[in-house]
Amino acid sequence: MPSLISTRETFGSTLLKLGKENANIVVVGGDLNKSTFANIFGAQFPKRFFDFGPAEQNMMSVAAGFASSGKIPFVNTFAVFATGRCYDQIRVGIAQPHLNVKIVATHAGIITGEDGVSAQGIEDITLMSALPGFNVIVPSDSIETDKAVRTAANTDGPFYIRLSRAATEVIHKDDYEFSLGQAEILREGKDLTIIACGIMVATALNAAETISKDGISCRVINMHTIQPLDIKGIIKAAKETGAIVTVEEHLLSGSLSSLVSQAVSTNYPIPIEMVGLHDYAESGAPQELLKKYGLTSYDIVKAARKVLKKKASFN
Amino acid sequence: MSAEVVSSHLPKSVQNLEEIARSIRHHILNMTSNANSGHPGGSLSSVEILTALYFGNILRYDPRKIQWPDRDRFILSKGHACPVLYGALAEAGYFPIEELMTFRKIDSRLQGHANTKTPGVEMSSGSLGMGLSFGLGVALSGRLSKQPYRVYTLLGDGECDEGQIWEAAMSATHYKADNLTAIVDRNRIQNDRSTDEVMQLEPFIQKWQAFGWYTQEVDGHDLGAIIAALNKTKEIKGIPSVIVANTIKGKGVSFMEGNPSFHGKAANKEELIAALKEIG
Repeated sequence: MPSLISTRETFGSTLLKLGKENANIVVVGGDLNKSTFANIFGAQFPKRFFDFGPAEQNMMSVAAGFASSGKIPFVNTFAVFATGRCYDQIRVGIAQPHLNVKIVATHAGIITGEDGVSAQGIEDITLMSALPGFNVIVPSDSIETDKAVRTAANTDGPFYIRLSRAATEVIHKDDYEFSLGQAEILREGKDLTIIACGIMVATALNAAETISKDGISCRVINMHTIQPLDIKGIIKAAKETGAIVTVEEHLLSGSLSSLVSQAVSTNYPIPIEMVGLHDYAESGAPQELLKKYGLTSYDIVKAARKVLKKKASFN
Repeated sequence: MSAEVVSSHLPKSVQNLEEIARSIRHHILNMTSNANSGHPGGSLSSVEILTALYFGNILRYDPRKIQWPDRDRFILSKGHACPVLYGALAEAGYFPIEELMTFRKIDSRLQGHANTKTPGVEMSSGSLGMGLSFGLGVALSGRLSKQPYRVYTLLGDGECDEGQIWEAAMSATHYKADNLTAIVDRNRIQNDRSTDEVMQLEPFIQKWQAFGWYTQEVDGHDLGAIIAALNKTKEIKGIPSVIVANTIKGKGVSFMEGNPSFHGKAANKEELIAALKEIG
């Protein structure tokens, strides 16, 4: 059995370590610090921990003020509240002046589960990638989360890091080296490339293993950084494998699939298939939702077969 | 911590301050007319407030060291009123007065709404309601690292329709941010109509009191009264302060005073000549 750890829990412990290393780190929250595990930092460093209640607009602009006076604020709340609820504060107050604010959003995607559509952030990648200069990271597991949070703390500029509620599979080893803006090739292949982010990376690896049994050689790319996007890595995959499947636990519009399509169509057009969400979901257990809304290994295999057919007729 | 920086601006008599206020009014009218757009009304109403802050020995700043960590901060939350800020910053020596004529033009550092690309501008604004929260962040940051600076945020009265203002008001008291002062330019006119017609703010002072702020109300065109009120806020411990400055929109130009049309419209050539003559 693979080990399962929730990325939000890792965020909490990494934040605590960073707090010990850097006195300029402050934590800004909105009454969800227990759920995001930021409360661990709060217990250790109460003077550097600021809760603003569920008042996200205020919280986000306060964080901008902290950043403008030399602190490194980590803002934490759920993905739906961290983006849509205070988008204008992020746009005018953080993105435009390019302030050093780190937004860590937990409970992203449909695997937030039983709380239903209001709590399932499936537009956040699109919203945050629309902001020029904003670094957008979707870690694939606990180990990558630790590295991404550290990278955000040590890199000047605004960051958005997208985490999950549920415990998810750990696919990396402790010595993994995360490189901002440079995608990770998890599996080499020459017939097609699956480009996935977040929790879907583990599922993509399973799908690649499944189709390998049919003699299909499938590359798997972990596109952990959505912005700045690794366009070179995408073009290389397009040239070397001639077909791409994108996979994300997010609405297709404006997110990973759109950005990969943009990179491919303007540089080296090849067939692409997309696995992702087309509409809002509903309440339910995470695994049930992933199945009903087409985000399983089987769905990726189906898309892979389809894109290979397109590739055959394309040539 | 409180490294003394000698400002190039020695304390000036109120008479000198009136001269500066008059210059800033000229700048506002000239730059908006030259740009053929911008927001003269709410800039003219704030002239004495900014004159008091920048030249009445309130703010400690040094235009030669813009990023001096211990500088006092002035944050313009009502970002459309940037002409008054640009006028004050130019008079204070942050950039040449001639640069004011680039306002709203391409390649200029003086954007249509306040933006941090202008030397001396602390916060990008233009979307209402954010400055008090931002100021609170700056104030809490200063307290955390034991820096002696104070934070002053200028709000519009129409801006106080924004819910975020009251989120910030609640949290500033919660965090006992006594190094934070809000000043409300109570000119009673917002974009479309009077503040009474658009959205009732009264009882306004009582709202701030209910949120736990130390409140003062002043004539926002009386330089001595504004300076006294600002100095008083330095003595208040444990709670933030607000000064409601009763002002006249378009102050100093008879046909602009109390006229919502000049909230977001510049004077034309003839109007400019008449306006500058009135200001003297």
